[in-house]
Amino acid sequence: MSAAIETVDLVKTFGHTKALDGLSLTVKEGEVHGFLGPNGAGKTTTLRCLLGLLRADSGSATVLGRDTWRDAVELHRHLAYVPGDVSLWPNLTGGEVIDLLGRLRGGLNGQRRAELIEIFDLDPTKKSRAYSKGNKQKVALIAALASDVELLLLDEPTAGLDPLMESMFRTLILEWRGEGRSVLLSSHILSEAEALSDRLSIIREGRIVETGTLEQMRHLRRTSVTAHLRATPVGIDALTGVHEVVVEGTHLTCQVDAEALDGLLPLLSTFGIEAIVTQPPSLEQLFLQHYGQAST
Amino acid sequence: MNRFAGTLTLTRFALRRDRVLLPVWIVIFPLLTVSSASATVALYPDEASRIIAASAINDVPVAIAMYGRIWDPTSLGALSLLKLAAMGGVMIGILAIMLVTRHARAEEEKGRTELIGSAVVGRWAGLSAAVIVTCTAMVAIGALSAVGLTAVGLPAAGSWAFGLAWATTGMAFAAIAAITNQLTVSARAANAMAMIILAVAYLLRAVGDISSDESSPSVLSWFSPIGWGQQVRPYAGDRFAVLFLPLVFTAVALWAAFLLESRRDLGGGLLPDRAGRGTAAPSLASPLALAWRLQYPMLVGWLAAYVILSGIVGSIVNDLSGMLDTPEARRMVAALGGTDVMLDAFTAMEFAMIAFVTAAYGIVAARRLATEESDGHAEPVLATSVSRTSYLVSHLLVALVGTALLALAQGASFGLATAAQTGSMDRVGATVAASLSYLPAIWLMTGLVILLFGFVPRLTFLAWVLLVGFFLVAEIGALLEWPQWVMDTSPFAHMPKLPAAEMAWTPLVVLTILSAALMAVGAWRFRQRDLDTP
Repeated sequence: MSAAIETVDLVKTFGHTKALDGLSLTVKEGEVHGFLGPNGAGKTTTLRCLLGLLRADSGSATVLGRDTWRDAVELHRHLAYVPGDVSLWPNLTGGEVIDLLGRLRGGLNGQRRAELIEIFDLDPTKKSRAYSKGNKQKVALIAALASDVELLLLDEPTAGLDPLMESMFRTLILEWRGEGRSVLLSSHILSEAEALSDRLSIIREGRIVETGTLEQMRHLRRTSVTAHLRATPVGIDALTGVHEVVVEGTHLTCQVDAEALDGLLPLLSTFGIEAIVTQPPSLEQLFLQHYGQAST
Repeated sequence: MNRFAGTLTLTRFALRRDRVLLPVWIVIFPLLTVSSASATVALYPDEASRIIAASAINDVPVAIAMYGRIWDPTSLGALSLLKLAAMGGVMIGILAIMLVTRHARAEEEKGRTELIGSAVVGRWAGLSAAVIVTCTAMVAIGALSAVGLTAVGLPAAGSWAFGLAWATTGMAFAAIAAITNQLTVSARAANAMAMIILAVAYLLRAVGDISSDESSPSVLSWFSPIGWGQQVRPYAGDRFAVLFLPLVFTAVALWAAFLLESRRDLGGGLLPDRAGRGTAAPSLASPLALAWRLQYPMLVGWLAAYVILSGIVGSIVNDLSGMLDTPEARRMVAALGGTDVMLDAFTAMEFAMIAFVTAAYGIVAARRLATEESDGHAEPVLATSVSRTSYLVSHLLVALVGTALLALAQGASFGLATAAQTGSMDRVGATVAASLSYLPAIWLMTGLVILLFGFVPRLTFLAWVLLVGFFLVAEIGALLEWPQWVMDTSPFAHMPKLPAAEMAWTPLVVLTILSAALMAVGAWRFRQRDLDTP
């Protein structure tokens, strides 16, 4: 599979601030790629570089095989973008904005447009100034999803949507992927990214600190083990790769490196296992590890 | 909760936001007054020369329509501040309107009032702060003007009458803006509505003043806040009692505004927002169509105002030929910047002034690029397959075609109105050519906006500063005997002054090439730079 998005060592500075500091990101064709990071990590700057709205200081960025700066106009025919902070012309109606943006991109699927307006329950005759944040986001989403393009760039697209609309959104994105199209989904809603993404990248201070499938990321992490034993366990902390061991009577909790599980389980069975729960690290734990906070 | 709670904090906040702009305006107005007065003082040393100059105004309906009547021909003060009574009233009215809207409706439209309203702030605090800041500025401008005028040797009573007339006129328009701010949802529309009322007020007193006799104007002038300011008659009776009219009007209008404020929702207006079309017109499919869609309502308004005002001036200009044929009047018009033939001189004078207004439209239209960008509206468009160049050209074309249409409307309406009076179409071609001949200078200002936009979009306001500078060069530069090189900096000074003078192609061609170059450099730079996103 070739890459829908490929950036190598992207650097972008604003004055003295380094917004992107050698960002290398690869999004494969046909995948939904979660792009995770807290506010200010550089997610929006990355997207704007990918759109040729910002010019990177160094490094390369190609989207759908085209240079993001030089070939921006041609490239934009094949992608659709939903900004995080949707700002619409107050005098234009939602319907007008949808049509306008679609046409400027090179065409809109009229039937799809009608379906989406139905699904999202949007009144397209309202002037944009009368829309709430969520409704403005719907306008941008409909304009993007009704386009016949290969790639979607979404910048925190569900921040203003209610839970019902958010689940609609998830269905639509999975449908979209089912047609073999690609999505870069920037988000800080981890459950959303977890539910939708084939692969994930975590950005921190302008760099990708981890990338891969959730499984791959988990594989490198500690699994949390909780066990009820018949006897009080001893010697657990002596094992290498077992951490944060807490023993309360016959109750044990600990964090175990993936390769240490083989050593732990036989030892536990010598004490007699009544119940055991192993839990892979949640995305939140993975995420928080990168931001130097205690996992909960 | 007290509905005024938090007013003081918001006032201080508004002053903090305007800490540069507001002092500049507060200084510019008195400076303009004092410099224009001191120049006139030197021009008319004795009473006889003043009487001649005053009658040259009072005998000409067009001059009365534009500036008002001089109620005491012997008064030096009345003569020197004639232009600033009516025109200055308009300018101070515009300032008051913009200030109120900037701090009231514009804040609300951008959603900042909501944030503030959730704090311990009363419902009326925002509007109160806007009105307090504006009225304080008006009083400061009036007081500084009065002190300055007294300092250049004009009578103190008259100077204070003038300063207070200005201050109260400004306050009256602040109150009008406070009302229009309650009616519309957008700041743009609130401003436009108040400006229309301002234009009507100016016209009312123009018609009222023309039909006035020696001692009193017709009743129409008494319906206009600008008329009230003039009827205070600074240096020609100093009727301080008239000041109660604008003060009472301000109080009543503000009371109405606050009443309206309590009857509407936050963010809402009293005039309903109609539902629009559910799908875009088939033509709305290009950046140019979008620029046109965003800008045509304003252009249509400007065109209507141009046709009406030029038509009025054009139809009364015909009276001029008979009434101006006295040596004194000739000298007066010549002193105002005209040359040979009276009619041509007056036309050239009026067209030279209107060229600045047309240039102002060009600046507004081209600056839309900068506001679209800072409002975040450029981002979604440039994320589609629209090139930077075609995006820039879309709004630039509106500015270029818009200014050309305005010039055409002005010249044609002026010429046709004259033709309707004289029964001869002879002058129509000449007036159209005259108004169009200013386009190169007007486009140079548009080119400046594009150049600034290409490099630093936040600095496009500098085009306004330059336009005001060039206007001052044209209006008072000669009076104040500024050095020639200062006068030469203005592109408007190099235009051939049709129809009074001969056509000269060289400056037109040079300025057209220069403005095209500015636009090209600006467009080139815009392709290179980062988009400035909020």
